[in-house]
Amino acid sequence: MNVIYTDVLVIGGGLAGLRIGIGAKRRGHDVIILSLVPPKRSHSAAAQGGMQASLGNVVKAMGDNEDVHFEDTVRGSDWGADQRVVRMFVDTAPKAVRELAAWGVPWSRVRKGDREVIINGQKTTITERDEAHGLVMQRDFGGTKKWRACYVSDGTGHAMLYAMSDQAIAQAITVHERMEALALIHDGSRCYGAVVRNLVTGELVAYVAKATAIASGGAGRLYRATTNAVICEGIGTALALETGVAAVANMEAIQFHPTAIFPACILVTEGCRGDGGLLRDAEGKRFMPDYEPEKKELASRDVVSRRMEEHIRSGKGVKSRFGEHLWLDITLLGAKHIDSNLREVKEICHYFLGINPITDWIPVRPAQHYTMGGIRTDYSGASPTLKGLYAAGEAACWDLHGFNRLGGNSVAETVVGGMIVGEYIADFCASAESNLTISTGLIREFLEHEQAKLDALAGNRGGEEANLLRVRMQEIMMSRVGIFRTGEELGAAVEELQSLLRRSRNIGLRSTANGANPELVSAYRVQKMLRLALCVAYGALTRTESRGAHFRHDYPRRNDAEWLHRTLATWKSPDDTLPALAREPIEVMQKELPPGWRGYGAKDYLDHPDTARRVAEVEAIRSRLAGAGRTKVQEALMPYSVLLPERFRSPNERIDEPFSPPAPAEPRMATP
Amino acid sequence: MTEPAATAPRAPAPEKPQHKVRINVLRYNPQERGSVPRMQAYELEEAEGMTLFIALNEIREKQDASLHFDFVCRAGICGSCAMVINGRPGLACRTLTQSLGPEITLAPLPVFELIADLSVNTGKWMRAMSERLQAWVHMKEQEIDISRLEQRMEPELAQKIYELDRCIECGCCVAACGTARMRQDFVGAVGLNKIARFRLDPRDARTDADFYELVGDDSGVFGCMSLLACHDVCPKSLPLATQIAFVRRKMAGAGWN
Repeated sequence: MNVIYTDVLVIGGGLAGLRIGIGAKRRGHDVIILSLVPPKRSHSAAAQGGMQASLGNVVKAMGDNEDVHFEDTVRGSDWGADQRVVRMFVDTAPKAVRELAAWGVPWSRVRKGDREVIINGQKTTITERDEAHGLVMQRDFGGTKKWRACYVSDGTGHAMLYAMSDQAIAQAITVHERMEALALIHDGSRCYGAVVRNLVTGELVAYVAKATAIASGGAGRLYRATTNAVICEGIGTALALETGVAAVANMEAIQFHPTAIFPACILVTEGCRGDGGLLRDAEGKRFMPDYEPEKKELASRDVVSRRMEEHIRSGKGVKSRFGEHLWLDITLLGAKHIDSNLREVKEICHYFLGINPITDWIPVRPAQHYTMGGIRTDYSGASPTLKGLYAAGEAACWDLHGFNRLGGNSVAETVVGGMIVGEYIADFCASAESNLTISTGLIREFLEHEQAKLDALAGNRGGEEANLLRVRMQEIMMSRVGIFRTGEELGAAVEELQSLLRRSRNIGLRSTANGANPELVSAYRVQKMLRLALCVAYGALTRTESRGAHFRHDYPRRNDAEWLHRTLATWKSPDDTLPALAREPIEVMQKELPPGWRGYGAKDYLDHPDTARRVAEVEAIRSRLAGAGRTKVQEALMPYSVLLPERFRSPNERIDEPFSPPAPAEPRMATP
Repeated sequence: MTEPAATAPRAPAPEKPQHKVRINVLRYNPQERGSVPRMQAYELEEAEGMTLFIALNEIREKQDASLHFDFVCRAGICGSCAMVINGRPGLACRTLTQSLGPEITLAPLPVFELIADLSVNTGKWMRAMSERLQAWVHMKEQEIDISRLEQRMEPELAQKIYELDRCIECGCCVAACGTARMRQDFVGAVGLNKIARFRLDPRDARTDADFYELVGDDSGVFGCMSLLACHDVCPKSLPLATQIAFVRRKMAGAGWN
């Protein structure tokens, strides 16, 4: 029996997993990170345009702070987010940018003086302050009141991932590449690690750990048209689901990104619109101001994607042999700007479309982009039902994004989640709480069970073809569980997905290699993916309202009275074909920002019975504490700071909120 | 709210008649008993806009479930899918079959450990190179106060560092390198570019003497024979030859050599 022991087992080598590893190792715990691919190939690298953090350096970011970032995020979530988690996040995001700055991320920097920008289609000159010169730059993104996205040209995720991975190498953190977890080892109340398959040799190994953290990213590949990398299949999330004990939450909340190039579905950044790019239809007309006069192209992603599809349905799409699309026009930004700030976009257009975005419009259409739901955890990243199991990043639902995530908040969440959850895991491992007593019999049982499942697949000739099941699943998710949903379509989707799940129990292989066998990998993954797909479709069928990215034609209104809840899904028995769903209420009376209109999108919604009372309470507290300073007011509305690890509790310094005694007069200036 | 179109949208390309493309793959799976290196040919219908990512997946889905290759982002940004395409290292995901003619030959990158068929272990090689060159920012202070304003940097310098930071560790430069084929310990253009990148970075505490200690021999900058293939094949168009020449000149100037 091949068993490896460690303190912390991290499943996933992207930004969240690496940062958990760095945090735990720094506190003296042994860490092993498992990764399907070399960590620098992780999907974190695909984040292009920026990371939200309220540094407030550029002139268009003046007045930005944690409060504004908090409100933008909660409105973006359509009041689905856990507001305490949002508070923890917005406090830590500036620290994450500054930590990464020290670790070598070449953040784009502010130059003092005049510069020309495009705002609402018009050339405008803005003047950056002298005192901001050389600090980290911000650009505009959708759904935000201030320019807040810190960026590195349009390779932000790449630069962050490389700096993070380099620091992990510097700290000699062990990474086992091309290793895939197949099952969590647990006894129904405590998680002990995972059964892991070596993707090169096919060998199974048991990893036993005090704490197991899943940071395996999203599940975009449940859909046919997705911007996600091919490894984003939600397998880590499915591992938690398959324990029957840990829950996944809000899986029906799936984000579609407005600007995937058509038809290849490769993302071009929201920074294109943030920097002034426009959406146009078949007639060349800019159409977003007609739908969204307030935020236009820069409403939240769920809203823009819906408006685009609505516009195509009204006959204004551009027809092509692959189907219909719209145009993204960044020609007005000019060659100089595109060559320095949107160069990955230019490269993508060149290689995949054969066009030059300096002179040509880019064909785009919304595609699946982000999984707001994930493994349900508390604010510390811990599963409330399976001790020793943690999750962070896109795989987790602690619940920062509610039903719609703002652009630039996910790459920020990977690092912030890694920082916070890493500290909590280190606390856990340092306490007697984490002591393990595990029977080798239990380890053997799990290893043998997984081996038997693989043998059954490999031994079955002439059964179902895994790939056909996968493609059909992706088509169903696309056509029936997409941007616009109805009870009828969702019902049909749930039926057919269940039938696919039953058929997947009889998958057979054509290729016999035991080691690195891509067909075998596809076979066991599609079984897991179908379960997740059913959590998405069944959750969407049950949720008879529209909220954020979840839109029902038959229930077009947000319904706080009945649906201010998270959907929790558990998979009780391997023989089941549906998850067990439960509702977890989101308490209005504890909210700092009671539900209301988002500032864009639909204006009609049904209020929760407590909302009026809470609004009155909040107003009373605000007027009582008028002039007391924003921190005091916040503390009275919704205390949260004790939830943050002590290391991250201090306030964030800004040009307009200097620390006293002030920072050294002139920090070291680097000369080129 | 109406405004005229700024420019006329480009018309979609006219439909071309479908035709066959033949893909020859160098196959070998060291994990499989009895496997021997061999060429295997696959034929498929070429579609408009077909990349090698699409073609290879179609082959695996419809013709040969055992074929090995690596793709992750399929958007030219992660560096997973480098292979030798008609004799030249490149990223398969963003290579259009139409740009290659009706006969395409694919082989795994040389130098790196072969996993199977077109899949090689670049991750292991890159980690070893990073450890050997200590390719990370060596911070001046152990603990920094992350609640205070970040250290300032000139915008041009940040941009210059990013230029070199754009490397995706795909391995094309190593596969194209004459020295790397002869010396297993050569750090390659990817490694020398990292030295140039960290040398440029004021946040890194190391001095020129420290960097020279790392690359001042034949496994480093003096191993380069200036064949410039690294420069030619880099999918990110990094100025590799320029950086290597620069590091070498600096070292000669510092009295090494």
